[in-house]
Amino acid sequence: MLARFPRHATALAAVAFAVTIFTVVAATAPARAATYVRGEQGDPETLDPHKTSTVVEAAILRDLLEGLVINDAKAGIAPGVAKEWTLSDDGLTYTFTLRDDAKWSNGDPVTADDFVYSLRRIMTPETGAKYANILYPIRNAEAVNTGKLPPEELGVAAPDPSTVVITLGTPAPYFLELLTHQTGLPVHRGSIEAHGAAFVQPENMVTNGPYHLVSFAPNDKLVMEKSETFHDADEVAIDRVEYIPFEERATCLRRFEAGEVHSCAEVPREQIASIRERLGDEFHIAPYLGTYYYAINSARAPFDDPRIRRALSLAIDREFLAAEIFSGSMLAGYSLVPPGIANYVPEDEAPVLDYADTPMLDREDEALRLLEDAGYGPDKPLDIEISYNSSEDHRNAATAIAEMWRPLGINVTFNVRDLPAHYANLRDAKDYDVARAGWIGDYSDPQNFLFLNLSDNDGFNYGRYDNPEYDRLMAEAGEETDLAARAELLADAERLFLRDMPQIPLLHYSSTALVSSKLSGWEDNVRHVHPTRYLSLAD
Amino acid sequence: MLGYALRRLAGAVPTIFVVITAAFFLMRIAPGGPFDQERTLEGQVMENLNAAFGLSDPLWRQYLTYLGNLLQGDMGPSFIYRDFTVGTLLKAGLPVSVTLGSLALLLAFLVGGALGVVAALRQNSAVDHLVVTVATFGITVPNFVVAPVLSLVFGVWLDVLPAGGWQTGHLAPMVLPVVTLALPQVAVVARLIRGAMLEALTSDHVRTARAYGLPARLVVGVHALRAALLPVVSYLGPAAAALLTGSVVVESIFGIPGIGRYFVQGALNRDYTLVMGTVVVVAVFIVVFNLVVDLLYAVIDPRVRYD
Repeated sequence: MLARFPRHATALAAVAFAVTIFTVVAATAPARAATYVRGEQGDPETLDPHKTSTVVEAAILRDLLEGLVINDAKAGIAPGVAKEWTLSDDGLTYTFTLRDDAKWSNGDPVTADDFVYSLRRIMTPETGAKYANILYPIRNAEAVNTGKLPPEELGVAAPDPSTVVITLGTPAPYFLELLTHQTGLPVHRGSIEAHGAAFVQPENMVTNGPYHLVSFAPNDKLVMEKSETFHDADEVAIDRVEYIPFEERATCLRRFEAGEVHSCAEVPREQIASIRERLGDEFHIAPYLGTYYYAINSARAPFDDPRIRRALSLAIDREFLAAEIFSGSMLAGYSLVPPGIANYVPEDEAPVLDYADTPMLDREDEALRLLEDAGYGPDKPLDIEISYNSSEDHRNAATAIAEMWRPLGINVTFNVRDLPAHYANLRDAKDYDVARAGWIGDYSDPQNFLFLNLSDNDGFNYGRYDNPEYDRLMAEAGEETDLAARAELLADAERLFLRDMPQIPLLHYSSTALVSSKLSGWEDNVRHVHPTRYLSLAD
Repeated sequence: MLGYALRRLAGAVPTIFVVITAAFFLMRIAPGGPFDQERTLEGQVMENLNAAFGLSDPLWRQYLTYLGNLLQGDMGPSFIYRDFTVGTLLKAGLPVSVTLGSLALLLAFLVGGALGVVAALRQNSAVDHLVVTVATFGITVPNFVVAPVLSLVFGVWLDVLPAGGWQTGHLAPMVLPVVTLALPQVAVVARLIRGAMLEALTSDHVRTARAYGLPARLVVGVHALRAALLPVVSYLGPAAAALLTGSVVVESIFGIPGIGRYFVQGALNRDYTLVMGTVVVVAVFIVVFNLVVDLLYAVIDPRVRYD
């Protein structure tokens, strides 16, 4: 008697499903011509260059704003708003001459005053600039940023509208590198005065770079279009850029393979082998200016014993970590300063651990001996807690390292926190034996890695290294204007570091990327910097 | 019934207040703050930032300030999206989440309902077993598996739908996320309807209806189905609140700008205000949908009355 109903109901279900699907599919696909869809690692926290800190923000702001000097396609230093510059003999005064055709997107000329205003703004305490300290080499910068001096005392001046003079407190051969960082970008004074914090909204934001902001919706996309007011607009090939944030690298990969995204700034590590096979030349991997290391709390017994620190480092098979744990996306690291850095001693003279080429078996033997000398061994095991911030990669690495330490009679326990809690502990409570950390260079200079271990660097000296000789070498290097002599001093400092081992360097980072064969002009480089202005897109 | 609804809403105010208070202090117990990132900040810089965001005040004062602002509709600035206020973020994201969630809910109700009825009417037949199997599958396979698989199959291999992304006003990017969201709900609804329908079909009032000689269409479609809907409605209330406030997994895998991700992003980054904002929204949705369920009961079940 009920036999009719099932058919009705089945039909109803089928129709309901079909109607929903077909209505949806019938919608037209949007046109994508001449738009470069660029996959990045996340959203910018802010577009105010003075408040930024992340690599995503750096990439976006590089397209929107132009500083005195810029990074070219190979991350070299090239003229930006400044067409030329000179450095005084004492290495302290830079004089920049600005190009006369630089314009803001509203038509205003870019003047020397814009740079004076911008540098003073980032140093003003009320701005709350996270990265202000990167520009501390400028005279009085730290005093201004900590409210001890008024912004007018900052070592920056505009004697005329096309000249910017920046005076440093001490010589800093990497200063031009510093200026390529997003903190050195200019902001448009008029729109800040008119709109306050809202000057970064698309309807308010005035930019002087190759592109201007069209829209920004978090977790969706940030859209920019080419500025016709840009002095080099004729050379800019791509008219429109859509920055897409990807929390998950696998999501970017799928959309890349579906042809919806032209580049991904990162690939899922665990899939590297298969990506290489499937995508061939579209997969890019390049050395990156970064080091992955384990900080040892050398202020806490028994880790104040250098023999123990050396033993821990000896027993770690870095080649295994690089090849197996990180699928070849990292390089084994035997130094704190990564290879390929500027302003350093030649690569073959750069300091490395003295056991870099020693076979693992011999290293383990030495490690056992050292631990025995220090009073530890199979009958008196050493307990170590490894702290790391939660992430699959870090967990795998910590597990592997615990296994490498086990034969030495070391019992490892783990303490896993999320990122803010992990770094808050490193900074404030300093309650750890061994802690994972990593450092990506802000600029290409060994100082940017070696300063991590200065005894007065409370924020970053996770190894709690306190060696007056190291501090002295660093201070001397800070005063040295001859680049070769300075490089030697820095190398000596790194040799001390590698001898004392307050932090164990494990790996050097590589950058990975997916770049569509339609996109040309992409040059792999140690900074992983790829300004859109140098790229072009085939149909 | 209007009076009842208003009384219920007024009664919900203390609940929401307790939720807000608990969330506010729980967030602060977590170690670390919004400015603790991989690159540690200089002490002075941190102080400058804390002062700029009012985090250097004593906690009780921050709490009172937050409550005061909230009453005026101001949920404060976001810490991780520093160019936006929490209000702006939620206002932009909520319509997206609500659109996806309500489509998924509709799909789940229609398809799940139809499957459940079919299965109940042909109990222990091949169709019934198929529905039960599919439903079990739909419940047990998590959406973080379903989403990438759908995206890979339809977006990459067959290339008939976008693998991800969002275009306001375009329907194609909604298909896969809606299907992903709906699948487990289809399964639950089908099972609930099937069970309730089997019971309803043997109940007294349905037998009476049949005895009156009513057409089978009416007996099943009106009398049995109406009774069978009750458990589904109780289930769908809270489910709707969850669906409409977005899904972390679906949003991050398909790249959808809803509000589902904000809670997790906010919690992981100690974006206190963003977490509080999403908590308030979710709490309000749950309260409202529980009320809707109770009111629907009165509509569906003649035995329930609110005076």
